[in-house]
Amino acid sequence: MSLSFRELGAAFHGMVLGTIYLLLFSGVIFALWNLKPGWSSENATRIQVKALKIGSSIMAVATWLTVITGTYIVYPWYRAKPPEGITDLADYPRYYLLANSNLAGWHKFGMEWKEHIAWLAPILATAVAVIIVRHGSKLVAEEKIRTALIGMITIAFGVVGIAALLGAFITKAAPIH
Amino acid sequence: MKNVEASVTGSAAAAILAAGLGCLALGLTTTMAEAIPAVNEALVFSTAVGALSGKTTVALIFWIMGWVALDVKWKNAPKDVHKVFLGSLLLIFFGFLGTFPLFFELF
Repeated sequence: MSLSFRELGAAFHGMVLGTIYLLLFSGVIFALWNLKPGWSSENATRIQVKALKIGSSIMAVATWLTVITGTYIVYPWYRAKPPEGITDLADYPRYYLLANSNLAGWHKFGMEWKEHIAWLAPILATAVAVIIVRHGSKLVAEEKIRTALIGMITIAFGVVGIAALLGAFITKAAPIH
Repeated sequence: MKNVEASVTGSAAAAILAAGLGCLALGLTTTMAEAIPAVNEALVFSTAVGALSGKTTVALIFWIMGWVALDVKWKNAPKDVHKVFLGSLLLIFFGFLGTFPLFFELF
């Protein structure tokens, strides 16, 4: 029972950072949903806003780290070109998938979509975090802004969900060793 | 009080619309790289990562520039955040579409 450096890197990208994002997503959504005038005491609202600022900031940072590690650390391992004459493509996931007509779709559709769509998430998560940090308790009186923030985080969640699901399936079809 | 409300909606609207523009920029760079081989080659900022490095970097630059420009213009102006959000949703949709393989492979 052991993990290679690359397997650890892929697990950190998908399971550690991705999980941090997904956990914080539900907390931020819940806190934003409850940030309504008269729903909490002044003291409780202050604590809630502070938690929202911290939670949304960590969520945005986790999203950036997830896409950056995915793109600049894990993805080069995935797309590495095999040397001439190599017949066992197990260590070259992209080429392994493309060489098998039953699996090629995981690259042509799965990875092609995952590698691009994932980058929508940090853009949306950062906008949400900056608005929350910048305006804090003023958002209590701004229902339209809170609704927009919930919408944007939900879209980011969907995007991360698609990327994570495709990543899991691709890793199952052609693991990085 | 009026100024405070105006600055909240103005700067929030700028961030929301800029996020939509950033998503659209990513969809455009992805589709253009697929459609025009020269663009795809020009976007290879990192040989290990390929054109993905350039597509995302260019999109992020557009997003940040758009955000700064909108924030400067709107920060003291009251904005209808609901309408801006609907506009941003449209941009996000087109950005989403631009990253979808079955769409960008049409070009």
